[in-house]
Amino acid sequence: MDAVYDVYSVLWVDLRNMRRHWRSTVATSLILPFLYLIAFGYGLGRGINLDGVNYLTFVVPGIVALTAFSTSFNGAASKLQIDKFFYKSFDELLMSPVSLPSIVIGKALIGVLRGLISSTAILIVGLYLTPTLTIGPLFVVVLFVSCFVFALFGVLVALVINSHQGMSTFSNLVILPMTFLCGTFFALSQMPDVAKAVLYVLPLTHSSQCLRAAALAQPFPWLSLVALLGFGASFFVGSVFALKKASI
Amino acid sequence: MLIDIIYTENLTKNYGAVKAINNLNLQVYSGEIFGFLGPNGAGKTTTIRVLTTLTRPTFGFVSVGGYDIKQEPEKVKKVIGVVQQHLSLDRDLTIRENMEFHARLHRIGFSERKRRIDELLEYVELTEFADRMVDTLSGGMKKRAAIVCSLLHEPKVLFLDEPTVGLDAQARRRLWDLVRRLNNDGTTIFLTTHYIEEAEALCGRVGIMHHGQLIALDAPMDLRKKIGLITVETLVDNKTRYQFFADRAAANSFVQSLPPSTKTVIIRDSNLEDVFVEQTGEKVGDA
Repeated sequence: MDAVYDVYSVLWVDLRNMRRHWRSTVATSLILPFLYLIAFGYGLGRGINLDGVNYLTFVVPGIVALTAFSTSFNGAASKLQIDKFFYKSFDELLMSPVSLPSIVIGKALIGVLRGLISSTAILIVGLYLTPTLTIGPLFVVVLFVSCFVFALFGVLVALVINSHQGMSTFSNLVILPMTFLCGTFFALSQMPDVAKAVLYVLPLTHSSQCLRAAALAQPFPWLSLVALLGFGASFFVGSVFALKKASI
Repeated sequence: MLIDIIYTENLTKNYGAVKAINNLNLQVYSGEIFGFLGPNGAGKTTTIRVLTTLTRPTFGFVSVGGYDIKQEPEKVKKVIGVVQQHLSLDRDLTIRENMEFHARLHRIGFSERKRRIDELLEYVELTEFADRMVDTLSGGMKKRAAIVCSLLHEPKVLFLDEPTVGLDAQARRRLWDLVRRLNNDGTTIFLTTHYIEEAEALCGRVGIMHHGQLIALDAPMDLRKKIGLITVETLVDNKTRYQFFADRAAANSFVQSLPPSTKTVIIRDSNLEDVFVEQTGEKVGDA
């Protein structure tokens, strides 16, 4: 029970912060996926068929996945970096009696929340453009799991990388390519085997596979969901370990 | 009876080849104001970081509030309050919100939380600023806000790392008053400073750090007595030379014995800086 209270305490301060800046936060996290949706989906994709489905229908779940990915990751990572370097308030958490796992989960939750808000907004627009998508409980569960995994990823990276410079390098070299390549805009079946092997070790690939299968009512890749959960578990353990190494 | 609230034995912290803390043996007693004095880079902040569980020591035993920091860090965290050198508040929140955050972290329930926040705001005279954003406050107010945040869980020992750096004279004195008041009300204070007059004004005992080592430890007056209560400064070959005497009579007769050509003779009370100079051959701030 204490752990739940602690997690909420850690989240509480980020919620307060978000309440003050929610307009700009939501707007900035929506602009890019919205442009993708218009350019690749509505503009380019209406006439194209891929894997037997209309491209717009194909790409919407992918764009939802990448929105969940980038917003959850950045939401968790950027607030943690601000706490670490700008407010210097992260030390306050470490000196409090809140346990390290509770800190990790609490700091991830703001990313989860932001990821869910943004991807839901994109999904609503997507559904308007292509009403044939099926959004059932499975889709919702996968979306939530994805946001959580990506937010934990953000926490881990923000804990390990110790400068703004390093953070933006990581964003440009790892995060940006992932958003384009991990089965978001095209089917992995089109890729050579080597590329497939590489892409399958990235969490976003599994998230977009799962979300697309759920939305298009195709056979569900349960193994990808398991892989996603595995990524989440290792990001969590990695984050706790990183905190343990730094403090006592 | 004196109870050790902080106890270290052979505490050592290495950063690569650099010994930030070198074999520190220290006891701080319950109820005192203990000052850690030394130039920047002497190892004061590192010591605070170890004592407050933020940094893992390389070697040695440390207990705070009776708990081993390596075995029971969560218990240590419950009895310490820490005000870091840099402001560590969320500047996009108000003072009250920052206080609420700290109270939540210490699992203080709703009604108790509200009561303590109001009481503490009153205590540090910030009630009327409680709902202002931290960024809009003066330096002295920010510092007091940081202090009240660290008091919400009623710590036994309060760590203040360079509490008055960057404050003007008035704000500094106000903060000194607050520190004394807290100490009178039963909180042990461990503070670091590189201001000599701050250590002399506030601290019952002072430890002087230099290159990670404790080079002197005693009450300010006793440290001064060891070198001599009166300092004579003379200029020799364009360098100031410091000489120490037990009393003014001894200092006066020394000055009279100097050749008339001796320049810039100052006779004054000795201070902790003299103790530092005498021990290290350097002035505070040289290192």
